[in-house]
Amino acid sequence: MKFTKRQAARLLASAAFAASFAAPAFAQDDKTKIGFVYVGPVGDGGWTYEHNKGRLAVEEHFGDSVETVFVESVAEGPDSERVMTQMALDGADLIFTTSFGYMDPTINVAAKFPNVKFEHATGYKRADNVSTYSARFYEGRAIQGHIAGKMTKSNTVGYIGSYPIPEVIRGINSAFIHARKANPDVQFKIVWAYTWFDPAKEADAAKVLIEQGADVILQHTDSTAPQAAAQEAGNVVTFGQASDMSQYAPFPRVSSIIDDWAPYYIARVQAVKDGTWTSTDTWDGIGAGMVGIGEISDAVPAEVKAEALALKASLADGSYHAFTGPLNKQDGSEFLAAGATADDGTLAGMNFYVEGIEGEIPQ
Amino acid sequence: MDLSAINPILFIAGFFVAATPLIFAAVGELVVEKTGVLNLGVEGMMIIGAICGFATAVETGSPLLGFAAAAVGGAVLSLLFAFLTQVMLANQVASGLALTLFGLGFSALLGQSYVGVKPPRLADVDFGSLAEIPIFGPIILSHDLIVYLGLALVVAVWAVLKYTRIGLVLRAVGENHDAAHALGYKVVRIRTLAIMFGGACAGVGGAYISLIRVPQWTEGMTAGIGWIALALVVFASWKPFRLLLGAYLFGGLVQLQLNLQGAGVAIPVEYLAMSPYVITIVVLVFLSRDKGAAPASLGRIFHASS
Repeated sequence: MKFTKRQAARLLASAAFAASFAAPAFAQDDKTKIGFVYVGPVGDGGWTYEHNKGRLAVEEHFGDSVETVFVESVAEGPDSERVMTQMALDGADLIFTTSFGYMDPTINVAAKFPNVKFEHATGYKRADNVSTYSARFYEGRAIQGHIAGKMTKSNTVGYIGSYPIPEVIRGINSAFIHARKANPDVQFKIVWAYTWFDPAKEADAAKVLIEQGADVILQHTDSTAPQAAAQEAGNVVTFGQASDMSQYAPFPRVSSIIDDWAPYYIARVQAVKDGTWTSTDTWDGIGAGMVGIGEISDAVPAEVKAEALALKASLADGSYHAFTGPLNKQDGSEFLAAGATADDGTLAGMNFYVEGIEGEIPQ
Repeated sequence: MDLSAINPILFIAGFFVAATPLIFAAVGELVVEKTGVLNLGVEGMMIIGAICGFATAVETGSPLLGFAAAAVGGAVLSLLFAFLTQVMLANQVASGLALTLFGLGFSALLGQSYVGVKPPRLADVDFGSLAEIPIFGPIILSHDLIVYLGLALVVAVWAVLKYTRIGLVLRAVGENHDAAHALGYKVVRIRTLAIMFGGACAGVGGAYISLIRVPQWTEGMTAGIGWIALALVVFASWKPFRLLLGAYLFGGLVQLQLNLQGAGVAIPVEYLAMSPYVITIVVLVFLSRDKGAAPASLGRIFHASS
């Protein structure tokens, strides 16, 4: 198990480190112990960084009555099962597993430790002691798509996908639908990086998209490397992913999707402390505050910014759904009739592109 | 599918950037192997160079100082290998593997406070009006200093090995260390210097990844490029210019895969990821008929009394 020495985490991490040696297991019962499994390093500036902010918020909120531990850069698959098992054996009461690929390992480990509560992010498998939670990132993607459609001059938007899973495909579709509404000529170029976090690959993917004419890059990977590539190119617009990535504002980063896990984490820890925790499925969006939209910078024209904010408001109050018909699937068959909106089940399992996107989803 | 989306000029210009880390690491290893030493620690020396260069560039604000520090870092780590294999006469394969594993772990430790930091940028060389020449200008004359240094290094290594006395001595040590020793050459000293040269080159190659190609620091960011460099030396059958060609081929495969995806051709990533190794295996099969290609003393331990 490793603990970073980054400034923000340094004190907390060393305290947790000391505690794990100083306090024997039998003395742990009064404290609620919470484990976090991260797919990237806490300093990735994106996805894991925000989950770790949620963890720090839990520590701040509950003070000495909780103890948190985390393991970063855990590979999806069997290795994560080992990490979760170790956390459960070390007396964790609640374990957050924060990547899609931890789904089956979480279910497996949860079956072995019925008294430990698990919370799996972005998955769809639940058990009596496994909850799932995710954010409606596609609502943020709709706003990004709108700005992207308005901002592109080459009518080519590059999209760096991580893995071809429903979560990512939903984001592509939502961004595409709203980019097309803003600009009927827009085309998407999609490159799959097959990683959540690999700055070298992400930078290469961004460069290739820029070389092929994209002047807006959307990313569904977690590092800031595509932002750096866009900054170097000079005239390419990007959006922060998972975190604000404001070190690249006001240009190339013109806005961002910010994941805010802190309120959810605090509520779930409280539920464990109160003994009221039950297995639930949470999927909150802009309205509930789980998805935030980073400040839209001045590089975006004022009227586009106003449109984007109006879109945000309509998504937040529920008057508009990001997937509203009429919409066709890529093959031309009907997806949603005029005025109909997609139900959560369809969204959760989305495995097709909407009409207009070129290319195939890799199998 | 729309192959016209691929801009051939930018595509080929991208080769230079993708190939540069490979060129540095492989040309250093080529010299090391020419003296009869097999150092499998290229990956480890690269990643140490990547973090040393990154940290120095961030702290001093000078990318060139970063590259100098990367060379020093790689050379210092390679000294560990030199000590093990040349002084303690340890097995070269095992020592090299240990060097890689050590380098990966140690660099992660050194780099903990540099994750997510932005390094200073090395400007491209300004060729003035020459860069305006159609096709040639954007492909050849649009890069940073290190790209050209890499090309110069290949030429220099080729010339030194082929035409100079130093090259002759290096090759003599690699072909038959007992004979070289009998002639009065300091086999251990020559090999140690070659290993340090290889380490410095690998370090610069690693820093090119962390300072220019990405530019960011993350654990394990060399992602197997050191291993491709090792394969590349064999692929090139220890000839510098063939090595250059191979570096563009191997470096270009990654570019090609992403370009094809962007153009709408879906090729499973795994095929292109393994292709450098497959090509190397094929080349090795052909090479096995020609025993003369590898330095005769490659990987053998030298002891002066034997």
